[in-house]
Amino acid sequence: MEWTSSVVSVAGTAIHVRRGGKGSPVVVLHRDIGSPDRLAFYDALAAKHEVIIPNHPGYGASPRVDWLGNVRDVAAVYRAMLGQMGLGGATLVGLGFGGWIAAEMACFAPHDTPRLVLAGAMGIKPPVGDIFDQALVSYIEYVREGCHDKGTFGRIYGERPTSEQLVLWDLCREMSFRLAWKPYMFNHSLPHLLRAVKSKSVIVWGDDDRIVPASAGAVYAESLPHAQQATVANAGHLIEFEQPDAFARLITQFIAST
Amino acid sequence: MHLMYFTEQPMKDYPAEAGLEIGYTSLLMSNKHFNPVDGSRLYNEFLENYVYAEEMGVDGIMLNEHHNAPFCMQAKANIFASLLAGMTKRVKIVLLGNPLPLNDNPVRLAEELAMIDMISKGRLVSGFVRGGGQEQLATNANPAFNRERFQEAHDLIVKAWTVPGPFRWEGKHFHQRVVNPWALPLQQPHPRIWIPGVISHETIVWAAQNGYPYICLNTSIEDTKRIWQRYDAAAAEVGYTPGTEHRGYLIRCHVAETEEKALESARQFLWMDGEFTGRLKPVWASPSGYFSPSSRQTFVEFVAGQSASPSRPRKTFEQQLADLQIVAGTPEQVTRSLRTIMRETRPGIMAFWGNEGRMAQADAQTSIRLLGQEVMPALRETAKELDLKSPFETDMPVSRAWAEAQAQRKAAAE
Repeated sequence: MEWTSSVVSVAGTAIHVRRGGKGSPVVVLHRDIGSPDRLAFYDALAAKHEVIIPNHPGYGASPRVDWLGNVRDVAAVYRAMLGQMGLGGATLVGLGFGGWIAAEMACFAPHDTPRLVLAGAMGIKPPVGDIFDQALVSYIEYVREGCHDKGTFGRIYGERPTSEQLVLWDLCREMSFRLAWKPYMFNHSLPHLLRAVKSKSVIVWGDDDRIVPASAGAVYAESLPHAQQATVANAGHLIEFEQPDAFARLITQFIAST
Repeated sequence: MHLMYFTEQPMKDYPAEAGLEIGYTSLLMSNKHFNPVDGSRLYNEFLENYVYAEEMGVDGIMLNEHHNAPFCMQAKANIFASLLAGMTKRVKIVLLGNPLPLNDNPVRLAEELAMIDMISKGRLVSGFVRGGGQEQLATNANPAFNRERFQEAHDLIVKAWTVPGPFRWEGKHFHQRVVNPWALPLQQPHPRIWIPGVISHETIVWAAQNGYPYICLNTSIEDTKRIWQRYDAAAAEVGYTPGTEHRGYLIRCHVAETEEKALESARQFLWMDGEFTGRLKPVWASPSGYFSPSSRQTFVEFVAGQSASPSRPRKTFEQQLADLQIVAGTPEQVTRSLRTIMRETRPGIMAFWGNEGRMAQADAQTSIRLLGQEVMPALRETAKELDLKSPFETDMPVSRAWAEAQAQRKAAAE
């Protein structure tokens, strides 16, 4: 699969974007731990779709913007970016923290976001349990907590991650703290605003997600008027690491059916 | 020379075996292990020792605060400062200090400090700190904005003390409709501000730029000298040459009648053997955004558990004695070691971290007595020989900003 990189300037930010594949456009919004450039999941998705993967400002290759103060700011930047790129009608696939961004984007354009895929999405206070607090554990422990299978971590990052990877995680974590320290990883008004969102949605959860309680997924499904729910077996929070093909297939089928 | 007594206020009666079992003695160690009956007794012992230290001749009592850990029982330095303001007569009450980023209302802090200054009849030294890494987690203060909050809170407090209200404050982190506290410091223009720290480059430079004394917290002699180089260079850039009054040093120091007894007690300085004096997960000491961006590479290895602490490398008790990071012995032995430190690092302010861990109360008091009555008089002679003067002796301005404002006023008058 051919992937290209470019930088898109929006509202003074410089968003690093990777693109690959052909087909209906799918924008993948990554997690609070950033994203490896290449993943089997991205390739699987790009086999059927044009896949657009921006690095959030302050994550990975996109430089931090000091004025960016919350997740809605990120959502506003992304809405502007998609408009600028002619991708306003793209399917939004949000992974964990990226799911929260996607949900806020849908609230900004409730009639103009055709499809939402929210996977283990943060952004809502779970009625049962809490969103796992990464501040209390090391970068490595946090990623491991997101895995169902003990072998997943080493397969993606190697058993002893490089210093460069640790620095990348630290930058991501610092930016996540800037955006979502308190309340931690949710927005009290989001469930209310979601009621006005007309998007076709699928709320996906790994059956062993120990980072975001599935009860938050139920609130997403109740709040979004046109939502269905799906569970991915043998997956933790990091579904795309553990079940890349099943997850990509689920997205493709959802797009085809809506 | 200004000579102070300090203790971390150890909660020495916590069950050590519980800490060893879970592997940490901070942040998440359950407070079911805190016994308020012991707490009540210990708080009163600390108070007794502070008052005794004044009787024994110390110049100042240094206070600090930490949260969620047995190594320090003081969760609010201003509470002990308030008590000592009323219970003591002569000593300076030196807060090193209030952790500004942890506080959501700096004006309230300015009021409290002004009250302490008035009650103590102008004996307050109001140090400020960023708070340790785990303090950010314990109080839910965003570590990514730690330094911004520190600086903005400082600016607001100094303004509240020096600019007549009412005024409005709309900052980045703090917002006050009305700043007009009806409590102002007795000392004019405001109490002295001292900044304690370890190796944080930004804090050293900031203290130097403001003309605030920097108190090195038990750093090695070599590191202390490096800190002074950094401080002096930053001061030179803003146009002044620091003196001994800009330099402070905290040393763990225990004195007893015999060397054997002193060494036995001094082992308690390592009672929890770890970052500061507790065991903790490295990520708690260095939450993302808290440490200097220039040190990110170094700190991430520590946070991931892949390297030792960059700020406080672990050393054995014997090594720390040899390096003079712990000083213990008879009054003569301790005096000799402290003179070496004074000659090497030339501080105008020294703080003696006198008791720690499970030292017996009687031993803590013996150390205070010998320190005050035998060691300190000898050190004062040395200070004269070495010309080591405190900010009080040189009557240095409380800040560069104040000194410049005075100079401008004088020039305008002429």
